[in-house]
Amino acid sequence: MVVHREESEESLNQLFRALADGTRRDILARSITETPSVSELAAHYEMSFAAVQKHVAVLERAGLVRKRAKGREQLVSADRVRLRRASALLDFYESVWRRRVAQLDDVLLPKED
Amino acid sequence: MPVTSVTKDPEALTLTLVADFPVPQRRLWEAWADPRQLERFWGPPSAPATFTHHDFRVGGRAEYFLTLPGGEKWSGAWKFTAVSPIDSFAADDGEANAEDGDMPMSMSFAFEATPTGSRMVSVTRFSSVEAMEETTPGMEAGLRAAMPQLDEVLAG
Repeated sequence: MVVHREESEESLNQLFRALADGTRRDILARSITETPSVSELAAHYEMSFAAVQKHVAVLERAGLVRKRAKGREQLVSADRVRLRRASALLDFYESVWRRRVAQLDDVLLPKED
Repeated sequence: MPVTSVTKDPEALTLTLVADFPVPQRRLWEAWADPRQLERFWGPPSAPATFTHHDFRVGGRAEYFLTLPGGEKWSGAWKFTAVSPIDSFAADDGEANAEDGDMPMSMSFAFEATPTGSRMVSVTRFSSVEAMEETTPGMEAGLRAAMPQLDEVLAG
């Protein structure tokens, strides 16, 4: 149950660093709906291929995208499994918070009986 | 229905909730500052919370346990990283025995007066998907009775 504890602080920092950049958020968005190659991605930005490659590497280290080789191309895809897991858990936490807020409302406004 | 909006970002692993209450900002703050009131809404009805400690200042800790339906207890703790009465506070959240700085979740709360009462904006931030899954077992045990959809979430 506590297997991943030791990496949580650093992975949090990595995640926020990765998402703090507009180009990287854009790369992530593009790699959710399709699986672009690094050179296809590079065509969208006014920066060198190497710079785009570095952005992809930051996203990869944060666990947000995966890269796989296809011939001489590097294809980039968002880690959908991770995003799906995150999304399902956030749904769960939403229900926890909705319940808490309903209970807080009862504390703030005691019902007459 | 006091929940005004919920925004979830699975990429950044955050959940932002906005809720409006028809009471003054100070009254809303008191509900969080007073452990006897806090324990009336933190845990689900099936697993009520008992706060044994609530040192509501920067660096202070809150410690609590949930009494699960079988009588078993699940312990949790917050470490307050910011406290600004009656406007905001922030805390790291985790199991009671977690080392400092090793908590898988952080929460921040902002409170403000509105024309109809007060508004609470809460942001929960997880350090990783694994951290979210880690915190779920404690919640799962407490919430299972009240939350039939949980099995589906954990299976997915």
